[in-house]
Amino acid sequence: MRKVAVIGAGMTKFVRRALETPKELSWHAAKMALDSCELTMDDIEATCFGTAPDAFDGVHMNGEYASDGAAGWGKPYMRSYVGGGTGVFNPIQGWYHVASGMFDVVMIVAEEKMSSFYPHAQAAFVTIFDHTTERALKPNLLWIFALEMNRYMTTYGIKKEDIARVSVQHKRNAAGHPCALLGEPNITVEDVLNSETLAWPVQRFDVSPVSDGAVAIILAAEHVAKRLTSKPVWIEGVGWYLDSAYWTNRDLVYPRYVEYAAKMAYDMAGIKEPRKEIHIAEPYDPFDYKALHHLEGLQLADRGKAVELYINGTAARDGNMPVCPSGGLLGVGNPIAAAGLMKIAELFWQLRGEAGERQVPGQPKRGVAQAWGDLMQVGTVVVMGR
Amino acid sequence: MTSRIKNFPGTSLSEKDFADGKALFVHDELKADYAWDTGVGIGAYLASLKRGQILGARCDHCRKIVVPPRTVCEWCFKPMSEYVPVQDTGTVNTFSLCYVTWDVQRITEPEIPAVIMLDGASELSESSVIMGGIMHKLGEVDPKKVHIGMRVQAVWKPESEREGAITDILYFKPI
Repeated sequence: MRKVAVIGAGMTKFVRRALETPKELSWHAAKMALDSCELTMDDIEATCFGTAPDAFDGVHMNGEYASDGAAGWGKPYMRSYVGGGTGVFNPIQGWYHVASGMFDVVMIVAEEKMSSFYPHAQAAFVTIFDHTTERALKPNLLWIFALEMNRYMTTYGIKKEDIARVSVQHKRNAAGHPCALLGEPNITVEDVLNSETLAWPVQRFDVSPVSDGAVAIILAAEHVAKRLTSKPVWIEGVGWYLDSAYWTNRDLVYPRYVEYAAKMAYDMAGIKEPRKEIHIAEPYDPFDYKALHHLEGLQLADRGKAVELYINGTAARDGNMPVCPSGGLLGVGNPIAAAGLMKIAELFWQLRGEAGERQVPGQPKRGVAQAWGDLMQVGTVVVMGR
Repeated sequence: MTSRIKNFPGTSLSEKDFADGKALFVHDELKADYAWDTGVGIGAYLASLKRGQILGARCDHCRKIVVPPRTVCEWCFKPMSEYVPVQDTGTVNTFSLCYVTWDVQRITEPEIPAVIMLDGASELSESSVIMGGIMHKLGEVDPKKVHIGMRVQAVWKPESEREGAITDILYFKPI
């Protein structure tokens, strides 16, 4: 397999409701990614696109529909979709395009416009539940998170005020992100605990916001990357894994789908001790407890102990292993597919020392990004290093 | 790179922009009707619910009993051809007190969704699989008193009103 590098990245602001259409958002991100490494569309040999269910857009074959803005026209182009895991799967798809020797330079674009579903994107999620055995109970997506959060915190005796630290830290980190929707430099644990209870134990500030936005990165084979940049960031490991679709047949206390995806990625990257060898972690954080859950699946904390990374400062921007220095989904926003790829872009900027106000100290060498999706069952993991 | 870019693209709109007519939009309601065939496994499940019984499937090969019933065993990919009843009692594995409906309407009395581990299905395995876990709601209970590990039993619709649906069980109540 050939070595594959990320050589450029771009993104739009994440906003609650964007004037721009999905294809317009995609174009902005793709154009910025091209400009960042001084390439043009003539240099792009293939394009991988990601966006979540067609239900949000009300457009069938949304990948094809968005293809002009998403740099797809006249190229080998394909949309991949694994729910919330999409944004970290898209670069994996791009990785095998390049690693296989098929293409030297590939564009990855992930876009989401959730605001078109009216009046609230939440109702579109009812279609992820089984139509015969579950939908008749009129479930909403919050149920599944609330059930998982309760199982997780009760099993290990984790306090809600400690889980709230995750939301506080990510939203504070996001205050340094120029594209963030919910950067809050002064938010406190009390603010989170006093926010509206939606589905106990989930409260308003435990949840990331519905958002619109797009992110793009460019991947290149080693010989091209070394010609184009003095600071390539290598994709060192990739992993993905699917757990049972019968989600109530799983103990929600632990994300096995993340563990298996992470082990696949770590093996490929030659990582034996992830807690020592990973310098920055960008676990998927649509809810605050979910970052903890995923840190455990990523083997970066013992089961039930991830919250200690926040309590003792390890996860802080200047800690030994900063977690979500971007601000994560809780702070930057959660345009589903774009949010996952935002984490890849963040590692690219952090590892190159270009993250501005958000830069973690100590010249980090290696990071891991992870996303999760569908009915709590998909894990996607990418390890990047310089 | 991000540190060099000052103005990122993306234009945020507010509700006021729409109210004031500054942003144009097209509104449409899509109509999509479906009639889903229930199939072999779930069809048997629904027929059993109509009889007031919860059905699981047993794998001849690895001998797991799982709910809901299905035609193929996920673990060994062998057929699951034997359907066996499980109990309508079980244990709350997890629950929530939900103050928002599926279409984001606020409610004051919470709905109580739960994952219930039914008696008679296989036990929690080493790999954290709950063979008899199903999603349903709890009722006839003070929300403050619900807890993980609580023992519950199904409350059925009267037989004449059952139609072969998961809603033939109204909810589970404490025992």
